[in-house]
Amino acid sequence: MSSLITCSHVDFGYENHDAVIDLTMEVEEGDYLCVVGANGSGKSTLVKGLLGLLKPTAGTLVVSEELKRTGIGYLPQQTAAQRDFPATVCEVVISGALSRRGNRPFYSAKEKNMAAAAMEKLGILDLKRRCYRELSGGQQQRVLIARALCAAKKLLILDEPVTGLDPSAIQEFYGLVKRLNSEEGMAVLMVTHDVANIMGQASRILHLQQRALFFGTPAEYGETQVGRRFLGGGL
Amino acid sequence: MRLLAEMLSYPFLVRAFVGGVLVCVCAALLGVSLVLKRYSMIGDGLSHVSFGALSIALAAGWAPLAVSVPVVVTAAFFLLRMTEQSRVKSDAAIAMISASALAAGIVATSLTTGLTTDVSSYMFGSILAMSPSDVKLSVVLSAVVLGLFVFCYNKIFAVTFDESFARATGVRVSLYNVLIAVLTAVTIVLGMQMMGAMLISSLIIFPALTSMRVFRSFRAVVWSSALVSAVCFCLGMTASYYFSTPAGASVVLVNLGAFLCFWAAEKVRGRLRAGKGRDR
Repeated sequence: MSSLITCSHVDFGYENHDAVIDLTMEVEEGDYLCVVGANGSGKSTLVKGLLGLLKPTAGTLVVSEELKRTGIGYLPQQTAAQRDFPATVCEVVISGALSRRGNRPFYSAKEKNMAAAAMEKLGILDLKRRCYRELSGGQQQRVLIARALCAAKKLLILDEPVTGLDPSAIQEFYGLVKRLNSEEGMAVLMVTHDVANIMGQASRILHLQQRALFFGTPAEYGETQVGRRFLGGGL
Repeated sequence: MRLLAEMLSYPFLVRAFVGGVLVCVCAALLGVSLVLKRYSMIGDGLSHVSFGALSIALAAGWAPLAVSVPVVVTAAFFLLRMTEQSRVKSDAAIAMISASALAAGIVATSLTTGLTTDVSSYMFGSILAMSPSDVKLSVVLSAVVLGLFVFCYNKIFAVTFDESFARATGVRVSLYNVLIAVLTAVTIVLGMQMMGAMLISSLIIFPALTSMRVFRSFRAVVWSSALVSAVCFCLGMTASYYFSTPAGASVVLVNLGAFLCFWAAEKVRGRLRAGKGRDR
């Protein structure tokens, strides 16, 4: 397996404050990596760094040529403004293909087919003409994943995707991500607070508290002290 | 028809119509993006800054547009910066800046000429305000705004809907934000002479809110806002001429009427749908 992203001794931060320190990790093809940690532990900063929105202040970050070509699909945290945005599902999904257009102003049939394929994959093709703000939280999340699929072939980065979803929508969502990971070979990097649910899902876990406190498989994570404490001693 | 012919026989009214419609369309298009991004307050803040700049220019005897356009564009940069940095309580800061600019303008005029008709027309607008050079500037402005919305439509959608995603896929978000703020600044300076500093922000906010009642796709909301805005302006101007009411206030009231109609249409449609649902 080849690495999509490799970090060695990387620091990320703003001005004179480093939010992530001395991180060494890699995201491999087909990986399912979960990033956990308390609020303010640098998870969102790490995501920004991996997306290339923030330059590392120290260390080296290598993004494979293949990933540069195929792009990263990103699912940001939803904002309040989005929840009542007047746009059709189709408009939102196809906006994921924007970067493929470069400076050409309009979408071609190729992007439209791509958007249709992404909606098909997520079972929202029949919602195509519906308005985004009229959908349930779980459906909105599917729309945003379809958009991310238009932007990427190899890697999805999800930032706290289950916040605000009801329990059954959360289970459905995890099922969906697992399917994309195992059937489509899509590598997934998910930032989440929902540790209990991802223990059975993820192939690897990164526990961040500015520095990496743990990086390994879920089974090992349950054995460590930091893992046990974060899982609430249960399981 | 006779009324229309009569109106169009006055050159100042023709200028008001041409310039006004163009400014309204620009304000409506930019307004969709501003309202959806929760930046409505920026429009309001800029109009007060614009009032301050215009009245200081008037007091000092400088050319009004040459002074106020750069000042308001600078203010637009500044307000946008503030809104983007969530640490600052931006709504309070905007309110503070707009009150200060208003106060500075009023003090400057009362120290020199006193509150003359010119100042009052900046406050509440005047149908006579469109000079030939204003009309020329509004033609240029609307060409730029329309060009932006036609050729960069998809990028504007991406930036409005989800800035972080757009940034991650390589769209130059800050560039578009600045562009929209600058164009808004110019629109406001041009529009406020006719609409008045107190009322110009309604041109930005109303059409977008009105269209959002009924339409569910971004494309429809954008083009319907432009159309609603232009139609409301023409109706408002005609009413203002016919009943001799102030131009700006008449346009705003027509906009309010349009909003109520669209709102009612939404309610009726909701009822019909609910009725259908029960039948099934």
